[in-house]
Amino acid sequence: MPMNKNGEYTPLIVAFCCNWCSYAGADLAGTSRLTYPANVKIIKVPCSCRVNPMFVLKAFQRGADGVILCGCHPGDCHYLTGNYYTRRRMTLLFGMLDYLGIERERTRVEWVSAAEGAKFAAVMNDFAKTINELGENRRLEDLRCKEPLK
Amino acid sequence: MQRTLEMIKSKCAELLADGTVRAVLAWHDGEFSYDKAPGFFTADDIDSLCYDCTCAPNLSKYLVKEAKKEGKVAVLLKPCDTFSFNQLLTEHRIDRDKVYVITIPCTGKVDIEKIRSMGVRGITSLEENDGKITVHTMYGDKTFDKNDVKLARCFYCKGSANLEADFDAMEEKKAPAETDKLDEVRRLEAMTAEERYDYWRGELSRCIRCNACRNVCPACTCERCVFDNDNSGVAAKANTTTFEENMFHIIRAFHVAGRCTDCGECSRVCPQNIPLHLLNRKFIKDIDDNYGEYQAGMDQGTVSPVTSYTKDDADPSEAAFMKNGGEE
Repeated sequence: MPMNKNGEYTPLIVAFCCNWCSYAGADLAGTSRLTYPANVKIIKVPCSCRVNPMFVLKAFQRGADGVILCGCHPGDCHYLTGNYYTRRRMTLLFGMLDYLGIERERTRVEWVSAAEGAKFAAVMNDFAKTINELGENRRLEDLRCKEPLK
Repeated sequence: MQRTLEMIKSKCAELLADGTVRAVLAWHDGEFSYDKAPGFFTADDIDSLCYDCTCAPNLSKYLVKEAKKEGKVAVLLKPCDTFSFNQLLTEHRIDRDKVYVITIPCTGKVDIEKIRSMGVRGITSLEENDGKITVHTMYGDKTFDKNDVKLARCFYCKGSANLEADFDAMEEKKAPAETDKLDEVRRLEAMTAEERYDYWRGELSRCIRCNACRNVCPACTCERCVFDNDNSGVAAKANTTTFEENMFHIIRAFHVAGRCTDCGECSRVCPQNIPLHLLNRKFIKDIDDNYGEYQAGMDQGTVSPVTSYTKDDADPSEAAFMKNGGEE
């Protein structure tokens, strides 16, 4: 279980961020000195529609407690239509995870533009809070990927 | 049924004799007469072609490879198989000019497992007469009402064939079943997340990763499957953790979402009797609820809802499944 130095549980959050918007949004949040949890691990993707359902599952396998996708606002995609496909795909994937009994709050899609540093920080804070309340991901974990007991 | 069989056989013999087709794709007896296997027939063995209440396998997938070869091949398609065939045509997996389609009537297929589960042993053959199934066994005959031993998918029959056949052996048009295939999905959605998790754990933990569901699926026609990738770490091996069980079934169902015609072959071939069609139907339901009703394979040349979009689709957090069913 991931712990901070005070021995408290801190969830691991994986954020897939689009290179053209939310990745720059995260940068802006940083340069604006806005705080968001350090346990949000950002993975840069060329477009939110690059994220294939396997990525989301793999993130959970490797110990993520929550997975969030950040893309450009619909209509603003750098590649014109990528995020429209993301929206449909992730609707279906999250629906299936919910159907299999994996808590639906663990997955989220948010639209964050490069100018929305404040929104990025707010979204991450809110998501981290939700995941903190949910606790560890037990239903999609892979015991082989867990840290050995000390 | 006997008359239909004779008609099909004579038609196939004629096609082979005049060189229209080089082979006929149909069913022959497997190890036992009730476990039919798909096979290719030529003029020499066309007499062993059979068609009865046990001919469940969907033949359309075999055409993907066959239609790439020289010459034409004839195929027997039951009404529900025509949906898969249409879908494969839509995806340009089959060249229509290379196939001679013979549509054949179907009154529902028998599930041999259902008969076995009623304690019938030593089955030698099956016979169908006026809605009754007579099971010949080593210990005498037994008769069942057909509805008691029908395949689960046949209760959700799609009705008549929906494509232009080269030869139509259908006796009469049949209306689709009135049962709602999404009822079982709704029943599961009404459970709490905990109950659903337990339910699927009970089902998916039985998976032995034989890959039969993938291999039989007429929508799974990739030349190289993601599960055959040696670098994936999950190729050609049994599931080792609950994660792998979930992952295999989520990805398998996701890869055919929007293309699955709900033919029910996955559940039919599962040696562990996992209700795999319920995973596919969840996607069908979500697509219907969010993007309008869509039946894959209903027409040729349609665009799947997963490869298209509209500008005012709901966000995942506002999609229909978030609002109805399950705990709030």
